[in-house]
Amino acid sequence: MNTVQKIGLGAFVTGFLIWIVSLTLGQFTLTDQILKDNLKAEHYQVINPAVSDMIGATYANVFAFGMNFNAKVKQLNDNFKAKKEYDKVIYDNYTFSVAKASSAGPINEHTGLFFWLSFGLAIIGALMYILPTKRKLPGIKNNHIFDDAATSRGWIGIVLGVFLVLFYITLYFYPEFVVNWVLLVDPISMALSGTPASQWFLYGLLYTLAVVIMGVRMIIKYRHSPYQMIRSVSVMFFQTSFAFIIPEILVRLNQPYFDFKNMWPLDYDFFFDFNINNLISGGNLGLFMLVWGIGLFVVGVPVFTYFFGKRWYCSWVCGCGGLAETLGDPFRQLSDKSTRAWKIERYSVHGVLVFAIVMTAFVLYTFFTGQSNVGPIDSYTVRSAYGFWIGALFSGVVGTGFYPLMGNRVWCRFGCPLAAYLGLVQRFKSRFRITTNGGQCISCGNCSTYCEMGIDVRAYAQRGQDIVRASCVGCGVCSSVCPRGVLNLENADSGSRVMIAPEVMLGNDMPKIGK
Amino acid sequence: MKHIVMLGNGISGITAARHIRKQSDHRITVISGETEHFFARTALMYIYMGHMKYEHTKPYEDFFWKKNRIELLQTWVEKIDFAEKTIHFDNESSLQYDTLILAVGSETNRFGWPGQDLIGIQGLYNFQDLESMEANTANIQHSVIIGGGLIGIEMAEMLLSRNIRVTMLVREASYWDNVLPKEESAMINRHIKEHGVDLRLSTELDEIKADGTGDRVGSVITKGKEEIACQFVGLTVGVHPNISIFKGSDLKTDRGVLVNEYLETNLPDVYAIGDCVQHSEPPQDRRSIEQIWYTGRIMGETVARTICGTKTPYTPGVFFNSAKFFDIEYQTYGQVPAQLPNDTETFYWEHPSKHISIRFNFTKGSEAVTGMNTFGMRLRHEACEKWISSKKSIGYVLSHIYEAHFDPEFFVNHEQAILDSFHAQFHRLLRPGRKATFWQKLFA
Repeated sequence: MNTVQKIGLGAFVTGFLIWIVSLTLGQFTLTDQILKDNLKAEHYQVINPAVSDMIGATYANVFAFGMNFNAKVKQLNDNFKAKKEYDKVIYDNYTFSVAKASSAGPINEHTGLFFWLSFGLAIIGALMYILPTKRKLPGIKNNHIFDDAATSRGWIGIVLGVFLVLFYITLYFYPEFVVNWVLLVDPISMALSGTPASQWFLYGLLYTLAVVIMGVRMIIKYRHSPYQMIRSVSVMFFQTSFAFIIPEILVRLNQPYFDFKNMWPLDYDFFFDFNINNLISGGNLGLFMLVWGIGLFVVGVPVFTYFFGKRWYCSWVCGCGGLAETLGDPFRQLSDKSTRAWKIERYSVHGVLVFAIVMTAFVLYTFFTGQSNVGPIDSYTVRSAYGFWIGALFSGVVGTGFYPLMGNRVWCRFGCPLAAYLGLVQRFKSRFRITTNGGQCISCGNCSTYCEMGIDVRAYAQRGQDIVRASCVGCGVCSSVCPRGVLNLENADSGSRVMIAPEVMLGNDMPKIGK
Repeated sequence: MKHIVMLGNGISGITAARHIRKQSDHRITVISGETEHFFARTALMYIYMGHMKYEHTKPYEDFFWKKNRIELLQTWVEKIDFAEKTIHFDNESSLQYDTLILAVGSETNRFGWPGQDLIGIQGLYNFQDLESMEANTANIQHSVIIGGGLIGIEMAEMLLSRNIRVTMLVREASYWDNVLPKEESAMINRHIKEHGVDLRLSTELDEIKADGTGDRVGSVITKGKEEIACQFVGLTVGVHPNISIFKGSDLKTDRGVLVNEYLETNLPDVYAIGDCVQHSEPPQDRRSIEQIWYTGRIMGETVARTICGTKTPYTPGVFFNSAKFFDIEYQTYGQVPAQLPNDTETFYWEHPSKHISIRFNFTKGSEAVTGMNTFGMRLRHEACEKWISSKKSIGYVLSHIYEAHFDPEFFVNHEQAILDSFHAQFHRLLRPGRKATFWQKLFA
């Protein structure tokens, strides 16, 4: 680490700490007007009296304010439930918007200053840490990855994992506690879409920053490999434009919010009534989006996957893949390579695919028939169960939170229903394979170690068999780290894939005797 | 059912064990004192550099051995009683065999330099060497590597990864110039220096001196009487077959364990494979002792077949090998000797600024390609082997080079630059070939 890097690391940590501390700043004062502005009329009628003692009172931080408000709404709901007035129960979460509107203090007054002290300092620090790595000669430099507390499940990794898990739980279930972070990015949201930021805008911005900054790191690290550089630019581009900026601009133009590269069943609420109604009422563009969204998984997946393997999506386009390939790259070696893990993976990822299909069938049944029940099963319960267990817990909390513990593709490998679908096409009908170069493998194990999907690449390479696996996302890192030029990602006639190891490996001229 | 015992769990012994299991139900025991399980010795450097841990270097999961009924015995052998077919271990126990396969590998050369047995002086061959290197290089600043070969350059990379300064003493005038032709060797010289190694060519070791304590290395003295202070000396002047244990036995040895073309030793039911072997009649163009991962594997495949009933001679195909010099990958196919034979011509192309090069040797007259070297460029083993074994001409090979590209997608293939260079050197214009397009195939 040189001086610039040390200063950069210091700046990053300082910015990060200021960002954390900023959560505690400000005072929160509820007014009647705020309730009127943020609550549906029928809910205003009941919530206003319930929180009457909060109105006009000033809370020293968002936690006290948020917990108080949550408690009051919960008590209200408990009463309704006790009286079996289930239709009156309030499911909308108002705490976030009410807290945001009630906020006053340094973040509101000096938004720009605090933005630069936190986001700005962290971004500049990260770049100062990353850019000087360019002075090393190009080539694979995985030195001391397994000696580093951040990348070998050491204390830094554990701290980072805990932080990410807490971050996701807060974001999904207690967004009111990160109101100050959302306030910090309000001006950016206003500039892009003309609307104030939500917690999802905050998340999208953080996500994009992570992909872009760590993408720069990825490009420098693999700058001897055009494949890795172009692929990194691709995920950075799709995240920045398709996932982040274009949807915001669509909102500004009064069009439906839409991510053109997201796809069912990863985008599990695509067929939810709110989304379909939103698109149908969105004019020609809305209808186009509906057709496009269906076309992507009906036509796009089989065609592109046949020609290029699932990598065209998973490691070139997808947002989850983009984060895994950039922010997650330092953790790729932590994936479990055992056959036991492979077995669990097959049950789990295909299980989620089945769940997604069944859930969507329920949703569509309800959409077309208007009936919420299929036999004894309530379609709304199924979709909310999917949203909670898969959408929030699996893909977010576990999927990203466990990067520093289980590798960067936990979600993609064990949970993503779209990856499962792409994988089935790749495994059974695709031109894609990783070829192994004759007898050149020395079984060193770099390929398997650095496979983020936990494929034991070496097991194939050392017996001269092509790697044809449903899970392979085609990141190409096995080929990059191979010291003997053994592995290559190739597309050719799907029948030419070497599925059975040759009896005698290339380099030995003894005759074959097998059948 | 016979009891087949493998002595050594490296690539040779394990390949033999696996293939015997595939083809038979014999009882199989693999003995090694080095480690309990087979691991890739080629990856020792990556463990030291923190790219991997020991467990990552094991090519098979631990359950594999039991599942395939391959018994593992971790112990050191003291002596073998060939007449009684009994192996005696250093813990006083013993084991009977019906068939014995010796796959005992090599050990580091030491040429009798004064001071060569001081603490902090070692080679790098097995797991124990890695452990001692870990201990010997803790908290040191300066190291000296003796010898310019594959292990020497690996050791340099390892030491640099821990910010230990490296001085490399190479007896020859250029790195590994007994194997590499002049141009390739010069490229590697430049690359070694680029990494900050103090490379001393044409420099020989005279003696090694102790530090103040008297039993640790303190400096080396060159033949030119220069003293270089250091706390570690890497001895990488080659290896020799590990046959000291057989001295005085009936087993016939010379520099290695002598075997015939069936890998049989002079004793009944005793075979030898891998690094420890010396072929009494080596195949054409091959050296009698070839300490290479791939030849060990090929011998393992071959001996397994003989033991399982189909007597099969050792027939390695077109020679191939590979290595990596810091960041430069190297592949070689066929015969590319350091000194060009009289009946052979050579064509060499090197990238003007990057560490990329390719060389083709071909016979004068017939123009059949006899060998090729590539640096910083990956070629397809299958294509190269086919060209050489079917004696394709240099013209054919150069215009079909696309068949051998094995670099990842989006890499520049340099095909036109190579052909231009051939034109300049040999005054012959060749066209780059192309894979048939979809339409060409359709109407073919």
